[in-house]
Order: sequence, then structure tokens, then C-alpha cells
Amino acid sequence: MATWDWQVFCKNTIDGEVIPSCFGSGGDITYLNWLMSAWGWTLSVSALALVVALAVGSLMGILRTTPNKWLVFIGDAWTETFRNIPLLVQIFLWYHVLPALIPPLRQVPSFILVVLALGFFTSARIAEQVRAGIQSLPKGQRYAGLAMGLTLPQTYRYVLLPVAFRIVIPPLTSESMNIIKNSSVAFAVSIAELTMYALQVSEETSRGIEIYLAVTGLYFISAFFVNRLALFIEHRVQVPGMLGAGR
Amino acid sequence: MNKKSLLVLALAAAAIGAAQADTLKKIKDSGTVTMGVRESSGALSYTLGDGKYVGYHVEICQKVLADVQKQLGLAKLDVKYQPVTSQNRIPLVQNGTVDIECGSTTNNATRQKDVSFAVTTFVEEVRMVVKANSGITAVNQLAGRTVATTTGTTSVQTLRKHERATGVDFKEVFGKDHADSFLLLESGRADAFVMDGSLLAGLVSRSKNPADYKIVGDVFSVEPIGIMFRKDDPAFKKAVDDSIKAMIKSGDVAKLYDKWLLQPIPPSNTKVGLPMSDNLKAALANPNDKPAEDYAKK
Repeated sequence: MATWDWQVFCKNTIDGEVIPSCFGSGGDITYLNWLMSAWGWTLSVSALALVVALAVGSLMGILRTTPNKWLVFIGDAWTETFRNIPLLVQIFLWYHVLPALIPPLRQVPSFILVVLALGFFTSARIAEQVRAGIQSLPKGQRYAGLAMGLTLPQTYRYVLLPVAFRIVIPPLTSESMNIIKNSSVAFAVSIAELTMYALQVSEETSRGIEIYLAVTGLYFISAFFVNRLALFIEHRVQVPGMLGAGR
Repeated sequence: MNKKSLLVLALAAAAIGAAQADTLKKIKDSGTVTMGVRESSGALSYTLGDGKYVGYHVEICQKVLADVQKQLGLAKLDVKYQPVTSQNRIPLVQNGTVDIECGSTTNNATRQKDVSFAVTTFVEEVRMVVKANSGITAVNQLAGRTVATTTGTTSVQTLRKHERATGVDFKEVFGKDHADSFLLLESGRADAFVMDGSLLAGLVSRSKNPADYKIVGDVFSVEPIGIMFRKDDPAFKKAVDDSIKAMIKSGDVAKLYDKWLLQPIPPSNTKVGLPMSDNLKAALANPNDKPAEDYAKK
């Protein structure tokens, strides 16, 4: 059976010497330092992409349910564009192709580009869910809001969205967890996140099993934390007697 | 642990046990030999598709096996080609699936604990490629610049050590594979791309405009690349080494080097264009199986 060597994380990345404290000092970096930094990159990319995805996705989802056909068209076009191109290809488009066409983009750090690519990709999926959430409400609610003299934005703000967003929390939870897992493609454009860490360090140390176990654990912890957080929010905002609030 | 993985373990153990056998005897008894080859290891070992494998190391191995066949007095020797990867090549040699690996395996001290290497037939030098008009000619000009290399290669480590040793501070970007890393250089996201010299030469020769790029600067690290086989089989090692030494003496190795690394090669008929390095010349003048660590000391 394979023998474990967890000491590998205490090794210095320059000369492979084991450092007793497992954390390097004075410019030395151990594989554990590096792992923590890689986790940080994964979480930063995911968190910022999630903010982009929720903001843009909600907007596009709402546009698709408005009575104005031009707004609907914009929302539909956005969703179909970003939903039908593979994520990895989108990342390369942002990183290599668009900067070739639009020179100012060359100065933009790859971190921002990856956040946009991942955020927009996920926003298409969120737009679809938000649209489904709003359309699942009885038409009468919209008419009732308008009949009371509310404007269309007010109808959305006070009548439709509060219910629709509560309904779509479970699928949004999935998307938020997916964003952490999907952030692994960021390694393709030189973000030193967990997947790149795993590829690089298993080559350097020949300790692939330990490395992948550690990385898997961190991905699991990150996604599971999002899951618990979303569950907490779901319970906090639920309204008795409403859909999905049976517990 | 379930029963299935126990079974796999038992089979693996049996295979390791069987692997202790004498390779020459195994070849003589079965009339077959399995050659480990790579799908894509530059000009050293690659596939033309349809189960055909060619390259500098593949051809050296074919000649070695012809000599082995002569030595054993076999009327017919059936050579089977087994594609291997960086991950599985050493286990496959150890467990006897592959009798002789003819890819691009670095001969280093760690690996010598598990397998044996023939005398060095290729020396890889880690170098850098830059845009010809960039004016960069040496590593110390990289201060403040961006350097690309490929994730999952030892070049990343080499670069880091070099940065530490020389105190030249540069930014690093990592391509997903060699083609991506080259694209980083091509699109101006990186000022230099650090990788094995033979891979760089190949990428440049296949680029849109090879004259735009130049391989420059010092050698970051030197790695002897060798033909690999099982450990503790002195008779087989002697047969392979003798065959290669004879080829070096007769000039066949130099001819093969010229054929694969300096002349146009299939499938696209482009040249790699990598002249023989001083390190390789020295290794051929004085055949040896020294590991990479011995090269670093110099």
C-alpha cells in the first residue's frame, strides 16, 4: 500500500528541505504556504465571480420577463451567448482573443478577465433561474400590482422579486457551489489557484496522492461552506405559508 | 478497501515479482519485446498516427533491438509499441509491461533508485525563447519582465530556483500546455518562454513566422535524457550500452541526430533546427549514464 508522506507540505519550494514549523519565513515558501495562497486565489476568483454573476444574472433574468420585447431580446441574447459556449473556451476568448481585437484589454490583469469570464458564464445560468422564478408566479400578482397604481419597476421591487428570489434560492445555491468548482479553469490563464497548484506540485514532489487529497478537501470545504451559508439564508428569509417554507 | 482493489494489488504484486526475470531471456523465450514510446515528445519520440512511432530515440532503440536480436541469434523479433506517459512510464518499466522505454525520460538520481538508464544519448538544456526584436539576450535582462512557462513541468521549479539564486526579479505566467505558453509569448503577454530547448526549437519552427523568435541566453539547467529499462539486469544493460556505444563510434548517432533534429521531419516536414549542444557532444565523446545531478555540479 502507498506510504503517506504528509511532510511534503512542510518542504521548502526552493530546495525541498523540510522546515520544522511547516511555514516558511524570510522569503522561504513551503508547499503549505503555497497551498494556502492557492486556496486564497480560488476563493477570491469564486467570490468576485459570484458577485458579478448574481448582479448581472438577476438583471438579465428580470429583463427577460418584462413586457418590452427589446429588453427581452437583450436578456435572451445574453443568456444564450454565454450559456452555449464552453467555459474554457470563454476564458481563452477573454484572455487571448478579445485583447488581440481591443488593445486596451491587454493591460487588464488575467485575474479580472477570469472573474468576468466566470461571472458572465454563470450569470447566464442565473438569468435562466431568475426568469423561471418570476414566471412561476401567477400572472395575477403582476396585474394586481399594476392595478394598485404601482409602476412596473415598483411591481417588480415590492411584489414579484421578493417572492421569486425566495423560490430560486435552492438552484442559486447550486450555482454558487458550481462557481467554486468551475473556478478551477482559471489555472488555464495563469491564476495560481488550487488546480494549478495540484498539477505543479505533484510534478515537483512526485507526491500526487497527498496533494490531490489536500486540494480535494479544500474544494469540498469551500463548496460545502457556501451550501451551509445558502441554507442559513434560505431559513432566515422564509415566510410561513409560502412555497417551500413548510419546515 | 474493497475486494476489487485487493485483487488489483495482488495482480500488481505478481507483476512486480515476474518483472525480476532476465530481460534478454524474456526476449529470447517470447520472441517479442515491448518498446515504450511517447505520443508527443518533440523529435525524440512521437506518433504519425495509425500505430506508427518515430523519432530520434525510437530509431536508436530500433537499432539497439536489432543488435539484441543478432546477439540472441533470433530469426525474428517482434517489436511491440506501447505508448506511455510521464505518469506511467516508470511503473510500466518496473512491472515488466515495457522492456525498453524510448521517449524523453530525464536520468536523475531519484529515478535511478527505481530504474536503469542506458548511456546518455540526448542532453536537454532548459533555455528561453524571446521575440527576435525584443533585444533580450540574457537572463539578467528579465528584471521586471514577464516570463512564461508551462504548468506541471520542472521548468517552473528551475525558474524559481534561478530567480532566487540570481536575485533577478521577474513576473511569472503559466500556460496550460506548451502551445498556450508559446501563445503567451506570441501575443505579448510574456517577454520570454522558458522550456526544454528541443521543445522550444520545435515550437518556433512550427510558428507562423519562425524568424520572429530567437532562442537566447544562458542554460537554466541541463538534463541528460536516456533510454530506460529495468534495474538490476546487467546483461541487458550491457547489450544496450554496447550497441549504443558502437553507434556513437560509427557516427550513426550523429547521423540520427542530424536526421531528426536538423533536417525536415514528418508529418509536416518542418525542421526542429537544434544544433547539438556542447553538453551532448561531451556525453557522446565519453559515453556515460551520469544522472542530472552530476551535470548540475559542473
